[in-house]
Order: sequence, then structure tokens, then C-alpha cells
Amino acid sequence: MENTNKRYWRGLEELRNDEKFVKNAASEFAEGPTESQYESLVDGVGTHRRDFLKVLGFGMAAVSLAACEAPVKKAIPYVNKPEGEFPTISNWYASTYSEGGDYASILVKTREGRPIKIEGNSLSKASCGVSARVHASLLGLYDNEKLRGPKKGEDTKVAWETVDKEILDQLKSIAAKGGAIRIVSPTILSPSTKSVIADFTAKYPTTKHVVYDANSAAALLKGNELSFGKSVLPAYDFSKAKLIVGIDADFLGTWIAPETYSSQFAQTRIVGSAKDGKKDMSRLYQFESIMSLTGSNADYRTSVKPSQLGLVVTSLYNKVAAKLGGQSITAPALDVTNLDKAANELVKAKGQALVVCGVNDPSVQVVVNAINGLLGSYGTTIDIDNPVYFRQGDDIAMNGFVDEVKGGKVAAVILYGANPVYDHPRGAELAEALPKVGLSVSFNDRADETSSLFKYILPAPHYLEAWNDAEPKAGFYSLAQPTISLIFNTRQAQSSLLKWAELPSDFHEYMKSFWRKNIYTQGGTGDYEKFWVKVLHDGVFTTNRAAVASAPAFTGNLAAAGASVGKKYKASATGLELAIFENVGIGNGAVANNPWLQEFPEPVTKACWDNHAGLSQKTATELGVVQGDVVKVDYKGKSISVPVIIQPGLAAGTVAIAIGFGREKAGKSANGVGKNVYPLAVFSEGFLSFSPGEVTVSKTGETREIAQTQTHNTVMNRKSVLQETVLAHFQQDPMAGRFVPKIPTSEGSVDATDLSLWNGHNYKNHSWGMVIDLNTCFGCGSCVVSCQAENNIPVVGRQEVINAREMHWLRIDRYYSSDADVEDLRGLEIASENPEVTFQPMMCQHCNNAPCETVCPVLATTHSSEGLNQMAYNRCVGTRYCANNCPYKVRRFNWFKYFDNDNFDYNFNNDLGKMVINPDVTVRSRGVIEKCSMCVHLIQEAKLTAKKERRRVTDADVAVVCGTSCPTNAITFGDMNDPESKISKLLAEEREGRAFHMLEEINVRPQISYLTKVRNKDVAEKVEAKKEHA
Amino acid sequence: MYIPFPKNSKFCSFIKCSNRIVALVLAIMLSTPVLLRAQDSTAAAAPAGGGDVAKGESLFKNNCAQCHAVTDERVVGPGLKGATSRQDMPWLIKWVRNSQAVIASGDPYAVKLYNEYSKAQMTSFPNLSEDDIKSIFAYVDQAATAPAPTAAAAGGAPAATGAADSGPSDLFMIVVVALVVVMLLVLGVLLVIVSLLSKAVAGGTEAAPKADFMTRLSTSLKNFAMDSSIRSATIWVFALLVLKATIDGAFNVGVQQGYAPKQPISFSHKLHAGEYKIDCNYCHTGVNRGKSAHIPSANICMNCHGVIKKESPEIQKIYTSIEKNQPIEWVRVHNLPDLAYFNHAQHVNVGGVECENCHGDVAQMEVIQQRSSLTMGWCIDCHRKTEVNTKDNQYYDKLVQLHGSESKEALKVADIGGLECSKCHY
Repeated sequence: MENTNKRYWRGLEELRNDEKFVKNAASEFAEGPTESQYESLVDGVGTHRRDFLKVLGFGMAAVSLAACEAPVKKAIPYVNKPEGEFPTISNWYASTYSEGGDYASILVKTREGRPIKIEGNSLSKASCGVSARVHASLLGLYDNEKLRGPKKGEDTKVAWETVDKEILDQLKSIAAKGGAIRIVSPTILSPSTKSVIADFTAKYPTTKHVVYDANSAAALLKGNELSFGKSVLPAYDFSKAKLIVGIDADFLGTWIAPETYSSQFAQTRIVGSAKDGKKDMSRLYQFESIMSLTGSNADYRTSVKPSQLGLVVTSLYNKVAAKLGGQSITAPALDVTNLDKAANELVKAKGQALVVCGVNDPSVQVVVNAINGLLGSYGTTIDIDNPVYFRQGDDIAMNGFVDEVKGGKVAAVILYGANPVYDHPRGAELAEALPKVGLSVSFNDRADETSSLFKYILPAPHYLEAWNDAEPKAGFYSLAQPTISLIFNTRQAQSSLLKWAELPSDFHEYMKSFWRKNIYTQGGTGDYEKFWVKVLHDGVFTTNRAAVASAPAFTGNLAAAGASVGKKYKASATGLELAIFENVGIGNGAVANNPWLQEFPEPVTKACWDNHAGLSQKTATELGVVQGDVVKVDYKGKSISVPVIIQPGLAAGTVAIAIGFGREKAGKSANGVGKNVYPLAVFSEGFLSFSPGEVTVSKTGETREIAQTQTHNTVMNRKSVLQETVLAHFQQDPMAGRFVPKIPTSEGSVDATDLSLWNGHNYKNHSWGMVIDLNTCFGCGSCVVSCQAENNIPVVGRQEVINAREMHWLRIDRYYSSDADVEDLRGLEIASENPEVTFQPMMCQHCNNAPCETVCPVLATTHSSEGLNQMAYNRCVGTRYCANNCPYKVRRFNWFKYFDNDNFDYNFNNDLGKMVINPDVTVRSRGVIEKCSMCVHLIQEAKLTAKKERRRVTDADVAVVCGTSCPTNAITFGDMNDPESKISKLLAEEREGRAFHMLEEINVRPQISYLTKVRNKDVAEKVEAKKEHA
Repeated sequence: MYIPFPKNSKFCSFIKCSNRIVALVLAIMLSTPVLLRAQDSTAAAAPAGGGDVAKGESLFKNNCAQCHAVTDERVVGPGLKGATSRQDMPWLIKWVRNSQAVIASGDPYAVKLYNEYSKAQMTSFPNLSEDDIKSIFAYVDQAATAPAPTAAAAGGAPAATGAADSGPSDLFMIVVVALVVVMLLVLGVLLVIVSLLSKAVAGGTEAAPKADFMTRLSTSLKNFAMDSSIRSATIWVFALLVLKATIDGAFNVGVQQGYAPKQPISFSHKLHAGEYKIDCNYCHTGVNRGKSAHIPSANICMNCHGVIKKESPEIQKIYTSIEKNQPIEWVRVHNLPDLAYFNHAQHVNVGGVECENCHGDVAQMEVIQQRSSLTMGWCIDCHRKTEVNTKDNQYYDKLVQLHGSESKEALKVADIGGLECSKCHY
């Protein structure tokens, strides 16, 4: 029970007792902007009593005018209804997301021929679930700022025939002269596209395909080449690992294929309270500079400066090698906490261990491979024979390309999905040199930083409008099909290349015959047409490739690698170092013009609409800066100015800045948001390095408020909000860490749930409920964007987030727990240097004794006979009493009309952007409260499906989108009245175990239960840590 | 509330009538609903029975009757009388399921038929099982040999559909009775006043002989008008009436009952649904599947009008639409506000509600009209009254059982959450 006495804090504002925080904590709603900011009558705040009559008078006049003549509405049917398409009934199509090496096999929900939602494809064996970015890619389809058609110079009216002819002529003359042609792209997963490029190269032999990734893994490929002679990215299997050591590899957030890794890792973190339930877990050690999503989910986390990371690897190797009898390497020894412990446990877990490292340095990767080799990971947790192809970028080749362009040696550049002027550290050099290239053609969808310097922009359609395929992993193929007809006058890049290669340009036909020749032959059965239709339906195809994972012999030059590491990294570094990292939502910034992603709070900092200079509290104090101060970060003359954010857990002496921001030519939502940090990255021995070294940080004197969501609505300070324990305690008592509130009465103390004013509800039919496992929720935020897409949640923008008026129905609360003893009041006031982190998804709890329902004066929020707390928007008059009375702070008020409003110029403000709206969910207007409906429209749809088939509803029918999007299945939804449902079975096991209701003592009886978080920590050590503090 | 016009006219007349006539009218009015209800029950009792022929009949009417007659009369396609003797059953099954495939296979009879009917394709019915098709032909054979009963049944149909408007409600009857009572009281009071006045006139001749009758009447009326209490009462009554009219008016804002706009093509439901008895489902294909019943796309019109009445200027409009690939812009008649969710499949497929319940007697409408008010009160009213169609639907089994143990009343939509907000608003 001791863990329930842990002290949690939401953010540093709380510990600092910030003026603003204290003010907001006391008042229910954040204070509105001053009147001078908003003067209009309909602004949502400044309405005076006198205005009431004006509004009333206007209302009456409007109503009587409206009564005179109802507007004529048209009902327009198809001329020729497509087969299988029924208005108001959604269709699902399997497709593939593969952008810049990020891969997900997806299902696309379409209504009346337009995609409105993306979900993961459960048939896929190469990917699990979809990330926030994949969910948000849907909005990219309806981006109003894409080019409408081909563009030549400033001419946007040019016809395809004209540009084709001109380009073909120029290509031929270049080829005749032997001029170099370069195709530049990020990682391409599509085998057919690669074949198209090969065909193009066959026609123009001077062509070279240059592949680079903005967040490169080139060293990992090189490391494997040096170690095993194979330049591949091995397939990791976290589900087989008992002990994982991550070194600067954010594999739950941004490293290579985070959703797949999350899902595998989650399998090792599931525990059950039943007698025969699973009682053991994997353990995760993380050594890193920034506070990453993986680090915040680690059992043991150690902050290390970027310049020490290489030595973590060599020291770990030496410690492991000492025990397992490998040759030792000479490198400075590094002594950081947990390193010895990690090494000991790795040795113990031999055969079930895994070490991953995200440092883009081949020498480091060679040493990591050596550790994994010693631990027998190859053939168990690492499969190098069936590699993945998510990152194929070659940093050296890209650098060579920049040199070539600068030297005037390139006659033609074809840009396919890449944007090097923005996301390559040498972008500025490239920007200067590119206009000199004779022929430059871009297939990008807009005139971005690079394309705007090009002579031709021939926009390719969005991936949801196009045919494509992908080979994410050896033996796994998937198909992408168009789910909407072309919105603009665009053409697939592959068709353009085929046309210029003077081949038939129908890429669909090309792909089909490519598959017949190359993929069908790898285990396709039956008639080819039938095979094709089946793969198109399933979206994926697994070949008959034998999945053997061998343990290859390590042949790398360990001594040389060790020496190189020893030279480059320092055991004790004193200066202030820069750590550049990738943000979970925005990623590398290629799709930054997406308001959903911009407003998506970064899982750990919970900040959005900006990038920041992350500093630990200690470093900030040393530098004399506070949160919100704009600082100039200077690296050898290149500098950017960003506001400071204090990030507990960040390595001392490190300043962390995210890539993906500071776009200049992406569109309204991205331009000028944050600063571009790519130019500060460097190349070390030809490989892209995100830790350039020492920087100087100086105050600029300006301040910039940070749009951070965490402290807005979270509840805390009550023992029953978060409940957690450690594995050893859980093994003894499944109820360990649970807080069971007792209420003293005249008849002795009783359970909180035994006392009630209310009669409760009787659910005869269904009782919808949800169980959220805090142990497998890693806080990735996929559900947040999924919910936003499904429920037409508006984007409110930076200023409104600062005003604490974000509209997300589902938020993920991030808590830091203090490691100080509960009795140590002074210790509790100090922000932990390396706090434990807990994530808790929070949405309407659908209370049975709902406090919101009793205070609504107009009965706009009522209780259903199926356990749902209902919200009738049209009845709501906006008193906000309910939000005031909600103990979970999950109700959102529409302070403004967020659609057709130029002040909120996001997707709801243009006709194209509005195509993403889900027609089954009302778009709320100004002045009403909204909140999680538990996807009641999907419940109703599922019930209707069952009724039409004259049967009961089963688990297979019903879903909530947060549950279906979760890569780790942390959210279980279903009918608690149905004994066969998954949720009933889970609750039957956990009711006397880990299941708890949040704030049980107030007895609101939510329909949502949480399962306690179990950390795989040693008990003894916890006691020691406490003694240290005392 | 909706009061039928003829009954209103009876109201107007009876004010002038004597008590005897009032009593007569009252008696008629009280008996009307009873008569109407009786008619309802006979109409409802008609469809019943089982077996292949009955199943075949419903399948035939839903799928085939638009183009085929059971006699040898040629409609769009050939009359089906004797079809089973012209071809064997396996051929017929193949043909019904996919006539194009049979023609493509080069079957001589099929090709002949195809050419004979100016190469108009027959719609394929891949969903019909072998049994279904056998049932259809069983019905065709039976109907063709005994045409008399079908004709009789068809003749009976209009009488039954005439009863679509349900009888006056209980509330209406109470109001009528109350009104009659009030009228009788008023009549009594008036008689008393008249007799008093005539007495006053008679008595006055003695008391004030100089003033004549008209002068006295005008003075007393003047006094009457000057009386402040009477004046204020009048003003109050007037004000209240205005208020009521305003409120009634406000409640009717946006209610488009009776809305019958002119459509771009003067399509007659009376002709198609009334005279030709084309099933609603045939054109409104979504009604059993989803939220919308679907306005038919032009290619559905072409199923028949590819052959029939091609020269009509109205039908030419469809041809133009198809040639130009310009959809026909119908004027939407039933406009539910966006905040309300309504699903046709729930009501028609699951609930077994007849189209006429909400849309009125479409078979008699030359121009389609909104018959119901589509207000929330109207929805709720029906949900309170309507029994759930639980027959042969496992979804409801548990609910029926639970309800049966608690109540003797029938299971109404309202009992299973049919009045809850989130059933229609989300």
C-alpha cells in the first residue's frame, strides 16, 4: 500500500506555485482574455446583461424571418450509382501508409466516396496499430494549400502535355550529352516504384537515385554491414525480450517503427490478477539525454549527456564481456547509475535480452552488435535474415549529391517526396546551388522550401488517392489503393517517370504486372486475378519465405570501433551540449502543415504549437533562465531562438530541441511555428549526427508563453487518481498499490461505495464500459488524434491552448512522481531530477452517479439506460455548471464557433477541409458543452447491425476509436452485461485485483475502470533510495 | 393538434342548431372513431399464411412485378404465364440470377428473348436463392391458373390503404365533449339573459315610460362598455389569444408539414406506387440497409424507362441527365434538422414500420408532400405508443423476458430507451 502515498505533480508550475497556476487552480475556468482583445458582441466572454435584449431582439427577428420562407434544400442522387456504394453507409478499404519509410497497413473508412477515418489493419503481420501521425495523415488529403495542378515557374495553368513534352525533350538532350540526372527521395518502401526508377535509369543511364532520411538510421545499416556483412536493418522482436536496454533509442515514440515495437513491448508488460494470471514482466533500462517517451516508460532510467552516449555502449560491452568472456575494448570507463545493474541483468537474461541504440554512429552500432552477439540475441530477439526496410537513407550519398550540385555537375534533379532545403543540415548550401541546375522537377504536393526553387512542380496525389505497394519487411508485401478519385489535377510520380521513360504510363497496370512477375511467384496461389483481388481486399500478402532467424557470426573489427568511440566520446563533459530529437507528433516535419498534429501535445512535455529549448531545472537555474524565456542557442555561428521549457529528467548540461518545426513554405498551419533546428545538426564521419556538441545559450530578453496542456484540467493530490505498485508487491498481492477509501460513519467505517444518496441505475440491456490498463498505456497519443478525427473535434490554435480552452475529448495526463519520501516535506518541493512518469488517458468517465447530470438546469446532460452519460448539444444553454461539477474535468466548452471562422483558420474553415467531417457526429456550435460520448454513434450502429441480423451484439460489433487505435490494446471496451465479452472477463479477473475507479471515495461510480501500473523495480532498492533522502 | 376539416364544418353548423341536432352530431362523432378502428383491424388481419406460394408472392411483388405480369400480358418484360413450361427450372434459375451470363453463353433461347425485347437487360438477382426462385415460379403458376382471387385481392387493397389516417385520438374526443358541455352552458346562460332582458323590457314600461326600448338598450350597452371590469376582461382575453397565437406560431417555425414543392421532373408517385404498385423498396433501395432511403439514381429509372414511354418530355429529362452526366436536382421534401439522427433501416427493417406511417398515403400523391410534422413531439409520441417489433429477433429476447417479468403491458419503444437523448442526438 505504500505506493499510494506517493506524491505526484503535474508540472513544474505546480511545484513553483506559479502565479498563473495558483489562480487557475482556484478558479474553475481559465480567465478569459481582456475585453480589449475581443470586442465583438459574439465573442463568448464579453457579453453584458444589456446585450441580452439586443440578442433576444435579433433572435426573434431572425426567427420570424426564417419562418417566412424555409430554404430550399436539394437532394441530389447519383446519375449512375456505383456498385457497392450506398449513401450513408460506410465502406472500408485496405490500403498502406508509407511515407518516408514510416509504414502502416491501414483500413480506410469512406463515406459517399470520401475517406473519413483511418484504422490499423489487423490482418497485417508487419505492422500493429497506427500512430497519431498516420491518423492525422487523413487531414493531409484535404489540405487546402496543395497545388491544384502542374506548375512551371509561376505558371499554374500549364497543361500536363506541355510539361511532359518539354521535360522529355530536355531529358533526351541531357542524356545525349551524358549529363547527370539525380532522383532524390526519402526511403521508398515500394518495390514497384523502385522498378519504375530502374526502368527510368535504363532509359537514361546517367541517372542515380539518392536516398536520404531526415532522421537517419544510416549508421545502423553501416554497423550491420561492418559486423555481419549485410547492410540491413534487422527486425527486432521486443515481445521475446525479458530485459531491454535502450541507449538513446526512443523505440516507443520515434525510433524506426514505434507502433510495432510498442505493441511487442506491451505483450511483455501485461500482467493478470487471476491466480493463473501472468505475473512476470520484462524490464526496461533506458540511457538517454532527452526525456523521451521510452525513457518515461522505463523501469530504470539514467540521464546521460549526448557526448557520453558512446561510452555507455562501450562500458556496457566491457561489463558484459567480462562476464561472458568476450575481448574487452579500450575506451574510457563511464560510471553512471544503473549501468552495472543493467549489465548484470543482461547477462542473466542471456538469450532473452535486447540492446538497442539510436546513436547514428557506425562504430557505436558495431559495439552494440557485439553486445547483442555476446548475449545471444541474434536468432531470438533480433532477426537479421528477415530484415525490415524502414530506413534506407545513405547519408554519405546525400552529402555527395550536395557537393555535386554545388559543383555544377548535375544536369537534372528530380525530387520525389524529399525536402532537403528544409530538412538537410546543408539545406542552405543546396538552396543556393539548386537554381543553377538546368532541369529541376519536383513531385511534391506543394511549393515547399525545396520545390519552390524548382523549374517544374508536378504534384503527385496524396497516398489515399493513389496506387502503390510496399515491402516493409522481407517476405511481407502490402498494397495501397485509391480511396477517393483525384481531388486536384495531379498525377502519380511513377506515371510521370514511366511516361518520360517512354513506357506505358498506367502505374496500376504496371504494378499489377510487376506483382505477377515478382511477388505472385513467391507463394501466390490460384488464378492471378483472384490472387490480386484478394491481396487488394486484405491489403497485405505474406510470402512463403521461410522465417529462419540464424545467429550470424560477428565479424566486425571491434577494437577499431572501440577506439573510434573512445576518441569521439568523453566520460566527463562539462559544457552545455545540444541534443536534437524527433517530436512524436510532428515527426521530421514533412507533414507539419496539419493542424491536428500541431495541436497534438508532445507526450512528455505536453506542449504544442512550438518547439522549445528543453532544459533541466538545474541547468536552467545555472543559466539563470526560467520557463518561457526566449534563448538563443548558438552552435558555431548558426543559431536559433526558442523559448525555454523546463523538462525534468533531461540530462543536466543538455539543451534539447525538436526537429520538424520552423517550416517556411508548408502552409498556414505550419509556417512560422517554432524554429528549424536541422541546420544545427552536423555530419560526423559522413553520418548525420543530432548531437553536434557544445553550444552557447544566451538570453534574448524576450519571453514567449508556452502552449502546454498538462496543468489545465488534470486532477490530482488525491490518492485515488493514480495507483501503482512494483512487481514484487503485485506478485504477493494483486491488490498491491490499490487505495480503497473508507468512510467513517456512526456504524463504523464502510466502503465509499456503500454510501449513496442515489438509487443507482438498472441496465437491462447493455452496460457499456471501458477498462484502461495503465501498465500497457505508454502515452503515445494515437488515441487522441483518432478521437479528434472521429468526433469532429475542432482545432483551437496556440492562443486558445494557452487560454486553457483546448477541445480534445480525450487527453493523456502525464504525472511525474516525486522520489522524495512522503514525510520529507522539503524534499517534495524540489523537482526530481529524474522523476518516474505515469501516463493516464482521461476522458468522460460516464459516472452512474454523475455530478454533471444533477446540476444541469435544462436537462441537457442525462443518463441513458445503457450506462452512458448523454449530452444533447441542442438543449445545452451553456451555463457550464456541469463542467464546474465534473470531478474529472473532462467537459469542454465551445467558447467560439470554430467552423467558418477566420480566427480559427484550420480545416473547419474551408470546404475542402470540411470533407474530413464525420457525418454521423454533430459539429458543435458556440456556447455548448461537449465531451466524450463513448462513440455512441458507433454503439448505435453496432446495435443496428445486430438487430438487422436478428442477433445479440457481440464484441466484434462494437468499438470505440480510442480502443481500436491503441497499438498496445491498453483500452478494452465492451458490454459489461454480456458475460461473454472481453471486458466482463477482464473485470471478473481484476475486480479483486488491479481494477480501480478514479476518485473512488466520491462514489460517482464510473463506467470506466483503470488497472494499476506495475513497475518492474526492485523493492529493496526503493527503500534505500528513500533512506538517502531522509 | 390536427383536426380534420369536415368535422370542423360540423362545429360551425351546430352553434345555430337546436339541442336535438347537437345530440345527433355528438352521437355521430362519438361513433366515427369506433368505425374507423374497426376498419383498421380488418385491414391488418389480411396478410397471413405460409408456404412456398405465399413467400413467392411477396418475392414476386417486391422484385418482379415492376416488369412482369403473371398473365401472358407483356409489360416491360414478357408475361410469365407458362414460363415454367417454356424452359426448365435450372435454366430459369440461371437466368434470374444473371441473365447476362446466359445470353453471353450463347444460349439460343436467351439470345432470341434478348433481341425480341430490344436488347433491354433484365436486372440480375444474385441474392435470390434457388428456393426463392422456385417459390416465385410456384406463385406465378398458381396465380396464372387461378387469376380470379388475385384480382379480388387487388380490388380490396385501395379500401385498406384508405384507412391510413388513424382515428381521432382520445384527447380529441375529450375536447369535443368538453366543448359541447360549454356550448350547452352558454346556450343556457344566453336563454336566461334573453328572458331577463325581455322581462326588464316588459317591467320597464311601468317604471320609466318615457324612454323607448332602443334608448334603454343603448344606455344599458353603454354602461356595459364603460364597465371597467368587463373592459379589462376583454383586453385580457384578447392579449391571451394573441400570446397563444404567437406561441403556436413560434412552435411551427421550421415545421414544413404539407410542404409539396414543385420537382424538376413531374414524377407521380400516384402512378408508380399507386397504379403500378411498384414496391417502395424497388427505387428507394437504402430503406432496409441504412440511414437514408435513397433518392433513386437515374440508372434505376432506366431499368423500366429504357423501354417504356421513352418519348415523354419528362422522361427525356432523365435521358438528358444521363447523357450530360448531370444529376437530377430534386427538391428535398423531408428535412430533418442536422442535430437529429434518423435511420430508415432501424424503423423499416428492424421495427417493421410501414412507409405510410410517416410518409402518408404516397400512393395517392401526384406531387410528393410532407404529411407528418417531423417534430420531436411527433417522434416521441410514436415512440411512446409503438410496440417493439420483437418477433423473431434474438436481439430483444432478453429485454422481452425482463419486461414480461415486470409488467403486463406490451413492450413499447419508450420502455427500451426510445426516449433517451443519445438515441437520436449525438
